[in-house]
Amino acid sequence: MIAAHLPALAVVVPLAAAPLIVLVRHAGAAWALAVAAAWFSFGASLALAAQVADAGVVSYAMGNWPPPWGIEYRVDALSAFVVVLVSAIGAAVAPYALKSVAAEVPGELRYLYYAMHCLCLAGLLGMAMTGDAFNLFVFMEVASLAMYVLIALGRDRRALLASYQYLLLGTIGATFYVIGVGVLYLQTGTLNIADMAARLPAVAGGRPAPAALAFITAGMSLKLALFPLHLWLPNAYAYAPSAATAFLAATATKVSVYVLLRFHFSVFGESAVTALLPMPEILIALSIAAIVTASLVAVWQADFKRLLAYSSVAQIGYITLGIGLATRDGLTAAVVHLFNHGITKGALFLLAGGIVLRAGGARFENLRGLGRSMPLTALGITLAGLSLIGVPGTAGFISKWYLVLGAIEAGMWWLAALVVLTSLIAVVYVWRFVEAAYLSEPGEAAPRPGEAPMPMLVVSWLMVAACLWFGFDTSFTVGGASRAAQLLLGGAP
Amino acid sequence: MKREPVLRVVGKMLIPYMLVFALYVQFHGDFGPGGGFQAGVISAAAVIFYAIIFGLPAARRVMPEALVEAMVAAGALLYIAVGFAGLLLGGNYLDYFVLDTDPVAGQHRGIFWVEVGVLVTVSGVMLKIFYMFAGRQRED
Amino acid sequence: MQAFASHYTYWVTVLLLGAGLYIMIARGNLVKKLVGLSIFQTSVYLLYIAPGKLIGGTAPIVSEAYQVYSNPLPHVLILTAIVVGIATLALGLAIVVRIREAYGSIEEDEIVAADAQAGDGR
Repeated sequence: MIAAHLPALAVVVPLAAAPLIVLVRHAGAAWALAVAAAWFSFGASLALAAQVADAGVVSYAMGNWPPPWGIEYRVDALSAFVVVLVSAIGAAVAPYALKSVAAEVPGELRYLYYAMHCLCLAGLLGMAMTGDAFNLFVFMEVASLAMYVLIALGRDRRALLASYQYLLLGTIGATFYVIGVGVLYLQTGTLNIADMAARLPAVAGGRPAPAALAFITAGMSLKLALFPLHLWLPNAYAYAPSAATAFLAATATKVSVYVLLRFHFSVFGESAVTALLPMPEILIALSIAAIVTASLVAVWQADFKRLLAYSSVAQIGYITLGIGLATRDGLTAAVVHLFNHGITKGALFLLAGGIVLRAGGARFENLRGLGRSMPLTALGITLAGLSLIGVPGTAGFISKWYLVLGAIEAGMWWLAALVVLTSLIAVVYVWRFVEAAYLSEPGEAAPRPGEAPMPMLVVSWLMVAACLWFGFDTSFTVGGASRAAQLLLGGAP
Repeated sequence: MKREPVLRVVGKMLIPYMLVFALYVQFHGDFGPGGGFQAGVISAAAVIFYAIIFGLPAARRVMPEALVEAMVAAGALLYIAVGFAGLLLGGNYLDYFVLDTDPVAGQHRGIFWVEVGVLVTVSGVMLKIFYMFAGRQRED
Repeated sequence: MQAFASHYTYWVTVLLLGAGLYIMIARGNLVKKLVGLSIFQTSVYLLYIAPGKLIGGTAPIVSEAYQVYSNPLPHVLILTAIVVGIATLALGLAIVVRIREAYGSIEEDEIVAADAQAGDGR
């Protein structure tokens, strides 16, 4: 019986956990509930992915109102892939959060942290699964509001300002999205994404369709922090509590990328996107700008978390570059990088959280001599850093490889060369960590010897192991991504 | 404003009617404009009115903070529980058709409890927001 | 001219959208920025609601006496969007209150200056 209701349960269980946590109020019990909900969602997502692999598309009619009238949950190869990523990160971060949150969030607010974690997870999963464009907006706002709170819970007062800026820009992004959906709704008379896609070609002649495309693209670009709309991201990631940073960095922008993919390719279709607006050219130009500038800015950061945040902007550039290429390998690269960058950045921010806990901050003074005082953490960051660069044998290499293939497939040799060259900038900023951790004498601000607490370390290392594992075994990542790319380009799944 | 006899008397006279009106809006939602959102805001407005006239401590005695926060959670849980009731009775999530032998009566029953949940949560949230802003001390 | 007059709700929408966005960009006061955000969101409410109204249409309740109904769906959507807007505004104001407690100011330039003065050192 449960198997048929998995799409609803995966979202509703974390959604129900949030008010339960508010009723319970006890931090320890709240943590236990959050972990249970996150793990349930993870299990449900894996089962759902298996169902999708068998059946192609899983459709669930909320309240038994048949689509396109009711709200439909529609899980296909792409959404299943994103759902697995989000719930896996949620399941990893929840157990990690116990010690980290205890150190960084005041006692009376801790239960709220876990409630927000559950809400955010439910919102992101809902975004990835729903087949209704307006329902997607509601879930986007559920997730975003929870994120603003998570960021504002940071210790530094600058966290408040970061959260405020993200609130303004995030709301503008979501409102742009909803304007675009409104225009599409006025054109097609439907909010169901699949139905919209079927009806759009008949009415796409006039000016509204390009306007809708432009609004949705601009709105989601703000949400996914596409250069130059990334200004909210570095501060938000740098000042949020460590566990929240890891969760957001690995999931929030990725789900926004999913929404962009969904509208560009499922609703408008590849040919319409190219015909209505010069979308591929815009995306490729902005992606290159993102990769080059954000990587260079990352090199000069004094704070390791900020460095990673700027590196995220650059890595998002690689994802959007794949979308801009709009070839099969390019899209595979985009989707696979979604996953690989999610786990890589997740691992890095989780390990950075351990440093924040021990040393009180993650500035480069704090990192000096880390190789001796926290050997496992330093080694983990180095390995995940290799994946960030894209060294063969790591997950990052796989995505870069497909990106290069995609560029060549599109006949853009210079782009392939650029992808390789810009990876060298990543070498520089990862090297800065290696230099501080292994080749510098510990300074005054260096952490006292001693590793991060065991649960945090275990979770972080599981993520590092995943970075390495998915560098060798690509059946899940590349297999899932190429099925998703095929689906997006209109081939048989 | 505790010393203003006119306000006190008018307030005491009006607040019961505000609460009754909230219930009217709540239960009239089936037949006309109304429903949990509006009713929740009206009932919260009654308590806020009380707080403005008799002071925040008096309002906190009537509606303690813990109760308000529990209301926020309980209403949402009630809504979710209705969804699960549909699941347990063999339908989809949030399926009201199966809540009664007659599908139309089932729809009535489902939306009734959902609106109760909305009422509780909305009035809780409104009060919580009011308490949060009103209870903060100015530092200067 | 005809197109202008018959689409005036869209012009109001565009005006509100531009005004809200302008306030958000041009004002340094954090509360005024939130006011701009609210105006900006209001434009969307209008964008959805206005086409849902049919002149001469009644409430969408089945009755033999009426043939023309207004579309109820935009109202439901916008009720949801208004609730989302309220939640965003409440959270935004709550953050502004906390910012004022932490910085003693709600002017963006003063806050940035305070952060610059405190230095990157912390």
